Amino acid sequence: MIDNLSWVTAYPEILLLVMACVIALVDLAVKTPLRGATYVLTLATLAVVAYLQGSYAATGQTLHGFGGMIVSDPMGNWLKCFASIAVFVTLVYGRGYAGARDMMRGGELFTLSLLALLGMFVMISGHNFLIIYLGLELLTLASYALVALRRDDLNATEAAMKYFVLGALASGFLLYGLSLVYGATGSLNVTEVMQAIAGGEGSLKGSAQVLVLGLVFVVAGLAFKLGVVPFHMWVPDVYHGAPTAVTLLIGGAPKLAAFAIVVRLLAEGLQPLAVDWQQMLAVLAVLSLLVGNLTAIAQSNLKRMLAFSTIAQMGFLLLALVAGVVGDDKSNLANAYGSAMFYVVSYVLTTLGTFGVILLLSRQGFESEEVQDLAGLNQRSPLYAGIMAIFMFSLAGVPPLVGFYAKLSVLQALLAHGGSFYIGLAVFAVIMSLIGAFYYLRVVKVMYFDAPAQTAPIEAPVEVRSLLSLNGALVLVLGLLPGGLMALCAQAVAQLFA
Amino acid sequence: MGLLSLAIWVPIFFGTALLAFGRDEHAGAVRWMALIGALAGLAVTWPVYAGFETGSAAMQLVEKSLWIERFNVHYHLGVDGISLWLVPLTAFITVIVVLAGWEVITERVNQYMGAFLILSGLMIGVFTSLDAMLFYVFFEATLIPMYLIIGIWGGPNKIYAAFKFFLYTLMGSLLMLVALVYLYNVSGGSFDLATWHQLKIGAHAQTLLFFAFFAAFAVKVPMWPVHTWLPDVHVEAPTGGSAVLAAIMLKLGAYGFLRFSLPIAPDASHEWAWLMIALSLIAVIYVGLVAMVQQDMKKLVAYSSVAHMGFVTLGFFVFNDLGVSGAIVQMISHGFVSAAMFLAIGVLYDRVHSREIAAYGGVVNTMPRFAAFALLFTMANAGLPGTAGFVGEWMVIIAAVKANFWVGMLAATALIFGAAYSLWMFKRVYLGAPGNDDVKALTDINKREFLVMALLAFMVLYMGVYPKPFTDVMDASVAELLRHVAISKLP
Repeated sequence: MIDNLSWVTAYPEILLLVMACVIALVDLAVKTPLRGATYVLTLATLAVVAYLQGSYAATGQTLHGFGGMIVSDPMGNWLKCFASIAVFVTLVYGRGYAGARDMMRGGELFTLSLLALLGMFVMISGHNFLIIYLGLELLTLASYALVALRRDDLNATEAAMKYFVLGALASGFLLYGLSLVYGATGSLNVTEVMQAIAGGEGSLKGSAQVLVLGLVFVVAGLAFKLGVVPFHMWVPDVYHGAPTAVTLLIGGAPKLAAFAIVVRLLAEGLQPLAVDWQQMLAVLAVLSLLVGNLTAIAQSNLKRMLAFSTIAQMGFLLLALVAGVVGDDKSNLANAYGSAMFYVVSYVLTTLGTFGVILLLSRQGFESEEVQDLAGLNQRSPLYAGIMAIFMFSLAGVPPLVGFYAKLSVLQALLAHGGSFYIGLAVFAVIMSLIGAFYYLRVVKVMYFDAPAQTAPIEAPVEVRSLLSLNGALVLVLGLLPGGLMALCAQAVAQLFA
Repeated sequence: MGLLSLAIWVPIFFGTALLAFGRDEHAGAVRWMALIGALAGLAVTWPVYAGFETGSAAMQLVEKSLWIERFNVHYHLGVDGISLWLVPLTAFITVIVVLAGWEVITERVNQYMGAFLILSGLMIGVFTSLDAMLFYVFFEATLIPMYLIIGIWGGPNKIYAAFKFFLYTLMGSLLMLVALVYLYNVSGGSFDLATWHQLKIGAHAQTLLFFAFFAAFAVKVPMWPVHTWLPDVHVEAPTGGSAVLAAIMLKLGAYGFLRFSLPIAPDASHEWAWLMIALSLIAVIYVGLVAMVQQDMKKLVAYSSVAHMGFVTLGFFVFNDLGVSGAIVQMISHGFVSAAMFLAIGVLYDRVHSREIAAYGGVVNTMPRFAAFALLFTMANAGLPGTAGFVGEWMVIIAAVKANFWVGMLAATALIFGAAYSLWMFKRVYLGAPGNDDVKALTDINKREFLVMALLAFMVLYMGVYPKPFTDVMDASVAELLRHVAISKLP
């Protein structure tokens, strides 16, 4: 028997599913090359869903539905709200690009995007290992298809193949790990797993060794999904090979969902094992910062550079998750994970804009993928150069832009305990962000200091231009007044652990 | 909105407006708009000075409101005797720079002027912040406009210089960021500087903090041996960029020592004073000698800046009234003199497009009025009594002699080296028969350039002849700082 409350927790998901089907049907009747009706309908759906999630989040209530399989809490609802907005923005930025590359023979781009978003929603609100896994598979299957959407493009097909093979492997890892945890604890429910482990040997159904083995596989699976070293091999190839609009769809909103499942699985479910997984995450974070930043320097392809920069940024994100539990002291939980949430939200905001500019500069038959393609952008369009510079300085962590406060929050969380291990990590992280600053600055250098290689005027539909300006302004304004978003993230996460 | 907020935001507002609406098609209007913005910025600093109550060590014109609740960061501004003169100095140099770039900059004028105006507001923000995070945000944000100024309007090797500038200084300040977050946690969740000044900190932690701050501020000052970025950057930067860099940006580092290193880690400051004094003396003597052998005028002045800033750090770490006051006076006078030196080189560079000393000779024959100004600025750079350059150096030398005769004596040799490299450059560039056809074809400075030179010359002479307004305001604050630093902070 499904009670009324359960329906309430899943209304946005149901709406999204229904609309995905409706849009798929409606699209059959759409004949215009840019699929105007499908586009508008999709955006309207996303806007409504974002609004619904936002208003859910604003109530600050936590509801459990479907026998505890689904949870609707402020953190999840805010993340879902931001994810909807991110997909909305992605589609606005990417439509012209996709249209010019024969990706809109049908309306699959829109339907699949909605299904991917549905997958993210399920991941974010799942409170049961199987539900979370289900959401993850829905997201990744939709993503594989999206990467391959440009089916006669060699790079895209290759990227889709790689993504599929490695993604399937990662899913296998995760599922295997979860099954081991199930074997040890006898439950798939996040809270019950946590209680079973916290109860010690007595409440465990299997041996503690199996549990730790399961944990290793879970962490490896999550690391694949986050794209952190040494499980990062797919990231540059997929970012590079996928059509840029799809790259943004993969590199933007899903990071929010990935953050959510890391919190649900590790920080909630496996919290009593924090000492073990924090060590693993610390290693992953250090490696990601090192490899991501150093390799990004060597890239001449902008999309590959951003892929490695993502790896480094995810490493920084993991650092915040390392600091949650120190020994038996859990006072830093909400602070650390709140910082991580702020980090991931501001990262997604910046990434959207960065790829937005790349999409804007791409034209029919011209990909604008090399760093050098940005040459002299300041002379061609001071506005877009300025916006891109804001994004780059934000990613580099220079104040007064939002990326700086993200790094500051993570550093503060790391240093909150003052142990020399954490101070060491913090110093390492700032040195790595110094190295990182180099390749972000190089983009600014190319835009501002180099002479333009081409002088073709930059044309953009009015909605792209205004949304991109808004995106840039938001990164700056959130840098000047970061208090609101910070407090929002901190409260949402605090409620999770209250 | 308080006076200090106005001093910060008026230039930033004008700068942003120029970036948003300025176009090269109406460059004239852009220039006038920039000048109006710079003058408005200067005008609002006048009541800051006029309303300042001399003789009080307390922070004045304080503005405080909550900014970031989660980290308890406040928008907290105020001035005391230490920072008072740096505010109008910044606004004044901005006016000068706008005037100096008037006809010289013809491409993307709005971005050039906008960058300098925004930079001006940010630097005033650094000098007036009483909240460490606010300070850091302003301190770091100054890198962005300066990076663009060097990179867009710089010389042939501008890209190397822009990157070196940005990454070198970022490295230092990132280590400081770790220190700031550490202090935030130790102080129980506060970024308030006054709270930090009262904090008890152990000896080991103080040493680490001292060197974290040292990393940020010594690079900025710059002290030997982390000064190597400065000559490279000065050579490539446009004239205005060099002037602002030397006149104001170097002071951000020196100011940081006074606000952070000394009061927060006083025991470590005393313990490591020998090192700071040694580094300062090396800057004064060794870098002075390096300046003497330079072939490039801008490089020569850049090295002389390092030597002059050595006096500033020397004054701080002898821990007496005269030394600290002298160092602050030196900061202000160097602001006028170094800006004047770089602008004078800019005048020549605009005409001949060379910075090599060898490319000139006998300029006085074709540009007599300009040469007179250049002579005055050169004398000031050498520390001639009656000019601004003399006052600070003299105070610091006396203070050093009080602390230790040999330190004082070594510092005093700088006056010889200073005179040597300054006057020798003057002789080679200006005196004698015209060196080549370029020099013969020179035209003397126009009215705009005359105005720029005259304003700076007035300030250089005024400060040299009557330094009282500069020194009076800082006495109480300096005494209070020294009293504070003398008390051990060990728990």
